[in-house]
Amino acid sequence: MDVMKKVPIKEQEPKVRATNFEEVCLGYTKEEAMEEASRCLNCKNPLCVQGCPVSIHIPDFIKQVKEGDFEGAYHTITLSSSLPAVCGRVCPQETQCEGKCVRGIKGEAVSIGKLERFVADWAFENNVHPKENPNKNGKKVAVIGSGPSGLSCAGDLAKLGYDVTVFEALHELGGVLVYGIPEFRLPKERVVKKEIENVKALGVKFETNVIIGKSVTIDELIEKEHFDAVFIGSGAGLPKFMGIPGENLSGVFSANEYLTRSNLMKAFDPDSTTPIMIGKRTVVVGGGNVAMDAARTALRLGSETYIVYRRSEAELPARAEEVHHAKEEGIEFHLLTNPVEILEDENGWVKGIKCIKMELGEPDASGRRRPVEIAGSEYVIDCDVVIMALGTSPNPLISSTTKGLEINGRKCIIAEENGATTKEGVYAGGDAVTGAATVILAMGAGRAAAKGIDEYLNK
Amino acid sequence: MYKILEAKELASNIFEWVVEAPRCAANCEPGQFVIVRAFEDAERIPLTICDYDREKGTVTIVVQVIGEGTFLMSSLKKGDYFHDFVGPLGRPSEFTEEDIESLKNKKILFVAGGLGTAPVYPQVKWLHEHGIAADVIVGAKTKDLVIMEEEMKAVAGTLYVTTDDGSYGRSGMVTKVVEDLYAEGKSYDVCVTIGPMIMMKFVCLLTKKLNLHTIVSMNPIMVDGTGMCGACRLKVGDEIKFACVDGPEFDGHLVDFDQAMKRQQMYKTKEGRAYLAAKEGNTHHGGCGNCGGEE
Repeated sequence: MDVMKKVPIKEQEPKVRATNFEEVCLGYTKEEAMEEASRCLNCKNPLCVQGCPVSIHIPDFIKQVKEGDFEGAYHTITLSSSLPAVCGRVCPQETQCEGKCVRGIKGEAVSIGKLERFVADWAFENNVHPKENPNKNGKKVAVIGSGPSGLSCAGDLAKLGYDVTVFEALHELGGVLVYGIPEFRLPKERVVKKEIENVKALGVKFETNVIIGKSVTIDELIEKEHFDAVFIGSGAGLPKFMGIPGENLSGVFSANEYLTRSNLMKAFDPDSTTPIMIGKRTVVVGGGNVAMDAARTALRLGSETYIVYRRSEAELPARAEEVHHAKEEGIEFHLLTNPVEILEDENGWVKGIKCIKMELGEPDASGRRRPVEIAGSEYVIDCDVVIMALGTSPNPLISSTTKGLEINGRKCIIAEENGATTKEGVYAGGDAVTGAATVILAMGAGRAAAKGIDEYLNK
Repeated sequence: MYKILEAKELASNIFEWVVEAPRCAANCEPGQFVIVRAFEDAERIPLTICDYDREKGTVTIVVQVIGEGTFLMSSLKKGDYFHDFVGPLGRPSEFTEEDIESLKNKKILFVAGGLGTAPVYPQVKWLHEHGIAADVIVGAKTKDLVIMEEEMKAVAGTLYVTTDDGSYGRSGMVTKVVEDLYAEGKSYDVCVTIGPMIMMKFVCLLTKKLNLHTIVSMNPIMVDGTGMCGACRLKVGDEIKFACVDGPEFDGHLVDFDQAMKRQQMYKTKEGRAYLAAKEGNTHHGGCGNCGGEE
């Protein structure tokens, strides 16, 4: 074996997986995992841990994998993470733990994410679960939203002995893990449901179909239902559109809508009662992970699929692995291209998208080179479905109905490092605070807020 | 799970359920809506709230069978459960936040069409409870489809019933009744109209001429109902609004109905076919003139 390289991991063939919703990556076997674990240098000063938003004791668990103590490895990871099977699949490891790995200086980093995934999957298969803390402290905490930040906050608080209730607006638990991230990246029954079962095993209670700010307000939770503290992990919010002509035509969707139909409502399954529009040719606008998810979903539903992104390949905000997978599966990228108008057929349906070519100019406020239109370079891509994946703006539902909860100029909830908001006893984290980001950053914020809430309630 | 305490068929294919939903009942107001799923794996269906009882913790909804989802739902009986029932969603009717005394000086007209009668009811009832008598026009295709007449009579100032075919009450469309009332010398300060989009559009065209401020309740396609998906977006004036969080009620003179109606047709073919397939077996292949499957 070449210690400079990762032990290769099996994936479904691109041509095969482009037509199904099964998971792309098939995961390590025991032997492969142990072999990969043996590549870890077990650094005295592990930089990988610094790179992890939830500070998993990475060298410790990898050492346990190397020795074949998978159960021990699982308990090491769950000290820090409530959702290892999720994180092992969707974290951007290349910019976090693996980005800091010393092995990565001369060769390839240790495959930390894939090892985490292996351990979590092994625990599912062998019925190893985290244990409920029998010592309850009698204090009640409400968690709003059952997505990554909420689950992680709830899990940590339950481990500390709190009586935690999670409120979810949708009929299904998991937030973005169920409505946003597709099955082929994150299996719902096999992974997400089981992770949530594990959070339940810690003693956390869940109530679905409750819209905080409408069904009940935060003030009512505190005053009438006697919660001692509240964590807001309500997620990203309202989809953005470009404001170009034709955006309200039939056949134009937000990525949120397209993905929610397919993921949450299972519209990819022909037996589903919720329909989804399968285009002959679909154009996805945007370059983030959500754009990749939407494009790869449309492709799997049987549509020829293009991605249109206004900057160049180097600026694509999506994880490198997702871009690589999308290309392998046959998605065509129109980079340095920006839509200017969506064209209408005689029935009010999309018939094409008019784009203009861009070139990179001077760096803008984000430090990325600003794309500038090339005059006269407009062209039309014929298509019947357009999916806008341009990010989201925060949902005002909670901030507008909670006295004393302040938001910033971007309408995000203002919160400190420990999650404390401007309202006493109310904490917040994840996309509701930062704007759209990643699962693991939201989990990190949920953990930090759990610590903040614990300190607040023990003052 | 949300228990059904009462269930009845108000008219052919129009069903009413009184559902135990204490959180929703405690906080809902006229004009808001709920999203329900009859069964596990069923579609999420948005429905405007038709009545509520805070003490009993119940919310009443009325549904007309128009597709597969509502057809399956229509089998639910007293004692059965809705799998999911979430709300209240959207913003309450404007007047619930207005000063009652100034509201008492306003002459209010409700124009309800078909199933729209049901969501108009809690608004008229709310006004009645606050000492305000609003006039109500209820329109239906034919006599058998007139719903909630007695309930409405009990809370309305004057109730005018009209049927398209003249089989009951006045004869003709609701717009004709509005015109007749104005011809008789009546006038109003505000109109609230709820019904099929096409009806609301024509009411708005008329009230614009009459210079009568008009509020409509929009019912576009929705998925989550909390602002997340944007399926329900509408053009209102120069702005794009989400019916689920910015509405469902808007200034009817600003709504782009033509665009809204086109967007509402987006899944028509599929839904209609799925429903007919469920009801009649796989016999329907377009050509009915209604399903859009003509090609």
